Amino acid sequence: MSREAMEMPPKGGFSFDLCKRNDMLVKKGLKEPSFLKTGTTIVGLIFKDGVILGADTRATEGPIVADKNCEKIHYMAPNIYCCGAGTAADTEAVTDMVSSQLKLHRYHTGRESRVVTALSLLKSHLFSYQGYVSAALVLGGVDVTGPHLHTIYPHGSTDTLPFATMGSGSLAAMAVFESKYREGLTRDEGVKLVSEAICSGIFNDLGSGSNVDICVITKGAKEYLRNHMLPNPRTYISEKGYSFSKKTEVLRTKITPLREMVEVIEGGDAMEE
Amino acid sequence: MNSFDSNPATNSLISSEADSQRTLYPYVTGTSVVGIKYKDGILLAADMGGSYGSTLRYKSVERLKPVGKHSLIGASGEISDFQEIMRYLDDLILSDNMWDDGNSLGPKEVHNYLTRVMYNRRNKFNPLWNSLVLGGVKNGQKYLGTVSMIGVHYEDNHVATGFGNHLARPLLRDEWRENLTFEEGVILLEKCMRVLLYRDRSAVNKLQVLFSLCGIHNS
Repeated sequence: MSREAMEMPPKGGFSFDLCKRNDMLVKKGLKEPSFLKTGTTIVGLIFKDGVILGADTRATEGPIVADKNCEKIHYMAPNIYCCGAGTAADTEAVTDMVSSQLKLHRYHTGRESRVVTALSLLKSHLFSYQGYVSAALVLGGVDVTGPHLHTIYPHGSTDTLPFATMGSGSLAAMAVFESKYREGLTRDEGVKLVSEAICSGIFNDLGSGSNVDICVITKGAKEYLRNHMLPNPRTYISEKGYSFSKKTEVLRTKITPLREMVEVIEGGDAMEE
Repeated sequence: MNSFDSNPATNSLISSEADSQRTLYPYVTGTSVVGIKYKDGILLAADMGGSYGSTLRYKSVERLKPVGKHSLIGASGEISDFQEIMRYLDDLILSDNMWDDGNSLGPKEVHNYLTRVMYNRRNKFNPLWNSLVLGGVKNGQKYLGTVSMIGVHYEDNHVATGFGNHLARPLLRDEWRENLTFEEGVILLEKCMRVLLYRDRSAVNKLQVLFSLCGIHNS
């Protein structure tokens, strides 16, 4: 019996051995390496003709801003996009993986991907990793059955909502949505509301910042508005510019073109397979 | 996100004798309070719920009270500690009245007094488990401030406690402006309280709103 218990299952499932080792090391005083998180405000809303997704662009590593302009809206399918919050590597990896799976599925079925397909693939993957894959996602897209918007939590639970926010700035963004959302918004109203919600996250949450990315998905078309708003421009650039007052005199200019070195092998053998 | 971890080594030293007399965790709690300055003074809003853990036990708790002639106080957190604070304030106001010198404690003074009380209690590891909002008008000057359970205090044009900080303050930062009329202020506060009702688990749908006017004394 004990030998069977020792054998790991041959496929599937997560081996938690290293987690136990990490716990033991932390107890002994080892400092865990920090990882790149995407502090983050991500939002999505359903409007009259489809779905609008929005995200900020700040990636943090603890208290430091690691990337001032990262992309949090990931491509899943031509008609489906996914915003990711949580550990940046996890959101990238999981969305890339499901995107590939969707493509294969499209080849296999010959049809446009459906949002619920992406949803099921993502949630079953995240659930099987029991929350250790720290990816909180807002998945949105338009398929033959209409526009859809879902949130997916790291443990694998999902919600289907008309408007959703995730990430550390989700409360600030949700406050804006709860006070201003209504059904049947036009595209411009929707984009404006999403921008406001993301700005609310950017300015009121320390984990979110920099710029606003937006993605508008409608039936048969999508618009990826990268850096739709830049509410944090770099100010206070010296107007004088930078000049070097002390000039070094040029005494002589000589340009030597590079000569090609070609080795000619006499009577070399041709490559044999 | 916040790593608020107390050192386990010192805790075991301190918790040796005075455990029974220290507030370790709150029991009956009130949720957020939101306050704004408007043209003529201060507006405070809070709901009337007192939760006992996850049960909504009391639904008519007044968490906003007038203090002295000029100020209003609102509290979130442990209700019994709020009642204790009211007793301290009643004593304070009474002593002030007994001077009978024509001067009365204004909101700035009461705010400072509360800050000292909260900070000193926190230093003794026996905090009053409240986050307070203190506002008022004296001699035409509007004042709105907040004190937390550890003594962090500041004043601003709009303040909130608890969940209000995350849900209401972003809205207030966007939509508050100088010289709101009374009606506009109430509408703004109502918007904040509505969002809190949607998204705060311990919110109830019964509100209390207090306002303080320039030139009008609480009686």
